[in-house]
Amino acid sequence: MYDTIGIWVGALFTLAIYSFLYKENPVYRLAEHLVVGISMGYIIVLIYNTVILPKLLEPIFGGNHWLLIIPGLLGLLYITRFIPSIAWLSRYPIAFVMGTGMGIGFPLTMKAYVLRQLEAAVIPLYSSGMPWHEVLGNIVMIFGTLAALIYFFFSKPHKGLFFGTGSKIGIWVIMLGFGATFGFTVMGRISLLIGRIQYLMGDWLHIIE
Amino acid sequence: MKRTVPLMIVMVGGILMIIQYFIPHQYSLIVFDNYLEWAPIVGAFALILGVGSLTRLHSHKIRRRAKNWQYSWAVLIPLFGMPFFALIMPESLGGGTDVHGVHDFLFMHVQVPIQATMFSLLAFYIASAAFRAFRAKSALATVLLLAAVVVMLGQVPIGAIFGRWLPETGLWILRYPNLAAKRAIMLGVGFGMLATNLKIIFGVERNWLGGAGK
Repeated sequence: MYDTIGIWVGALFTLAIYSFLYKENPVYRLAEHLVVGISMGYIIVLIYNTVILPKLLEPIFGGNHWLLIIPGLLGLLYITRFIPSIAWLSRYPIAFVMGTGMGIGFPLTMKAYVLRQLEAAVIPLYSSGMPWHEVLGNIVMIFGTLAALIYFFFSKPHKGLFFGTGSKIGIWVIMLGFGATFGFTVMGRISLLIGRIQYLMGDWLHIIE
Repeated sequence: MKRTVPLMIVMVGGILMIIQYFIPHQYSLIVFDNYLEWAPIVGAFALILGVGSLTRLHSHKIRRRAKNWQYSWAVLIPLFGMPFFALIMPESLGGGTDVHGVHDFLFMHVQVPIQATMFSLLAFYIASAAFRAFRAKSALATVLLLAAVVVMLGQVPIGAIFGRWLPETGLWILRYPNLAAKRAIMLGVGFGMLATNLKIIFGVERNWLGGAGK
């Protein structure tokens, strides 16, 4: 019974969202507003069950970890944002999260976004037994990365052999990349659409298996 | 107190966290472990800002009978209903977060289908966007079009009808030129993030302070 009602409700809301393809209407607007409320309500429960209860309330009241009152009080300062005369106090928890987050993020960003990427881009063009398309791919990847970087380098005018030709090759590589990403995104959306049609035709109407 | 202390907290916290990464001493590990305990707690309270702003916005709309105010109830009722059923209502009356409760029902049979459908709706709009973007007006637009077509056809069984070369070429594009472009963008993003990190830590970038209380 629970599942049957669930499938009917899910199917009706699926149709409500698809009704937007015709034009915006009250049923679509209702579904749109509902999803905002439900997701926020879900996050409240999730944060309470995964952070507030096990990491703050239980250790304080169950394990006498009184030091945890400090982050608790710091967090409560967010509420001052709603009281204009002391709203500046909300900067303290933001400063804590922001400062420590930036500090933690600095070496990790350096590692993941810069060093690892450079390391992966510096590869041999050819080794024995490597098929020709891989050799070509390695050439495209190394010089393509360099050319795309030149395209994004705006401190020098894109003129001359290095910057001029480099940036021209760079935009071709970027267009190839954007085209591939676009094609991949379309495939992802289409497979979601197929999933919804399967839900309507299979789970709901039982027309297909 | 209003600006200098928060800026100092950011600077001290930021420098401390950078140092602890490079000096894995026992004391720096204690600092890091405490940070891992404290940060999610402080961060979790930011939810109050989100819930407070959303509630204020929609209650204002209802009070002032603004345009489409009726829909604001569709936001507020589940916003407070979900935590009420999950955390306060006893399980015998459909409370809790387990299967067959109201909380689970709203999530699984309302939110999940609506969100999945909203994303799938983009398939229609992306198709019309593709029609406009892919008109081969220039050589670069043609490259974009060809790469997308080859990757799309390479991913589906119908692509293999044209020969093995099509899926292989699609894969080659994904593996090499696509990766080259992505890597260059990622390096640019990385340097941007590093610069922004340093600007925030040393107080050059202060927009995060907002205008609260000046």
